[in-house]
Amino acid sequence: MKLYLKIICVAFLLFSIIGGLLIPVPRLPILHETIRNLFYHVPMWFSMIAVLIASLYYSIKYLGSNEMRYDVLAEESAKVGVMFGILGLITGSIWAKNTWGAWWTNDVKLNGAAATMLVYFAYFLLRNSLDDEYKRARIAAVYSIFAFALMAVFIFILPRLTDSLHPGNGGNPAFAKYDLDSTMRIVFYPAVIGWTLLAAWIVNIRVRIHKIQNHFLDLE
Amino acid sequence: MKEIKSLLQKEIMLEWKQKYAFNGLVLYIVSTIFVCFLSFKQIIDPPTWNALFWIIMLFASVNAIAKSFLTESRGRQLYFYSIASAQAVILSKIIYNLVLMLVLSIFNLIFYTLFLGNIVQDMPMFIVGLCLGSAGFASVMTMISAIASKAGSSSTLMAILSFPILIPLLITIIRFSKNAMDGIDWSINYKFAIILIALNVLTIALSYLLFPYLWRE
Repeated sequence: MKLYLKIICVAFLLFSIIGGLLIPVPRLPILHETIRNLFYHVPMWFSMIAVLIASLYYSIKYLGSNEMRYDVLAEESAKVGVMFGILGLITGSIWAKNTWGAWWTNDVKLNGAAATMLVYFAYFLLRNSLDDEYKRARIAAVYSIFAFALMAVFIFILPRLTDSLHPGNGGNPAFAKYDLDSTMRIVFYPAVIGWTLLAAWIVNIRVRIHKIQNHFLDLE
Repeated sequence: MKEIKSLLQKEIMLEWKQKYAFNGLVLYIVSTIFVCFLSFKQIIDPPTWNALFWIIMLFASVNAIAKSFLTESRGRQLYFYSIASAQAVILSKIIYNLVLMLVLSIFNLIFYTLFLGNIVQDMPMFIVGLCLGSAGFASVMTMISAIASKAGSSSTLMAILSFPILIPLLITIIRFSKNAMDGIDWSINYKFAIILIALNVLTIALSYLLFPYLWRE
């Protein structure tokens, strides 16, 4: 990863973490100060989706080329995506406990997130159950493409057809409602970019670790 | 087309020769329903009736379709590989499993009605849902069974791999048939039917594209 991207990443993250706590926010009923969770919870999902799409892209590339480096990239992207997904679930749960009064509710968006996590856990299990390196790469790539396409329907289409308690659905205040309040955007966009860059950075480091481990295995 | 037809014929012949497998599935459904009957006695609540119906369908489909690739021996797979295209193999399996699921779903509906009563108000709509749901289960499970068979053929793996990606389908079909139970008009329910059709088309298209990669060894 280029150095300037790393600098942008760190600068944006520092700015959004500190700025997110300091800037004035609109006082909306029920939400009040918890609206600041927008700066911490929502970027998790943006970066999760970004790395999971990267994982899908590398899976397709692998099937097209049969090069192992694409498989490593696909696997590590999926792992980082799941990590961000778990962070998103935690930040969302804490917020839900304080605004809705429950850690978990039966809601399309929440269920979509949980099902996505289950799919990727199944993906890792499938990988572990296969010993042959090339067979594992191929079968895992097929599963991840197949699963991603079906989950995309679930996450992007179904929530738009049903009511939801989650902000952004069914008349609940959402990001679009804050359009008037441009100060929130000043912090929100850098947060999204910063966290996505951080995710890419982690993937980058993990792939390099993987390479070194493989190198040592070859030496033995 | 001819390939698909002859492969389909082979599947049906094979099933006919091993009738015990099909009878086993019917018995599986009947005993599950009987256990549910003994535990619930009677279901008056529509959401419970509906959810239980589809959960039975889900488990029946896992059991029915798990064997579609798992029971094929390596030698036989190699034989098909040499005489037929991968696309013909997956399409014939999907069509065969679709027919199997439709037959099983009819059995399920009949026995479920006998034991637990029938509180569906719009039966034609419910049957449309049943067909769309069976088709969805069949197409998703066929592909997953192909993946699981390559990965050491364990039926636990099959359930783990298929349940999460069946959730969208299951939620939509439960919503659709719940509306059919309440006698809600087509003008409101059509959008769920469209999602179900879209999911089916998507699954079959993906299977068609991805199966060749699983097939070659």
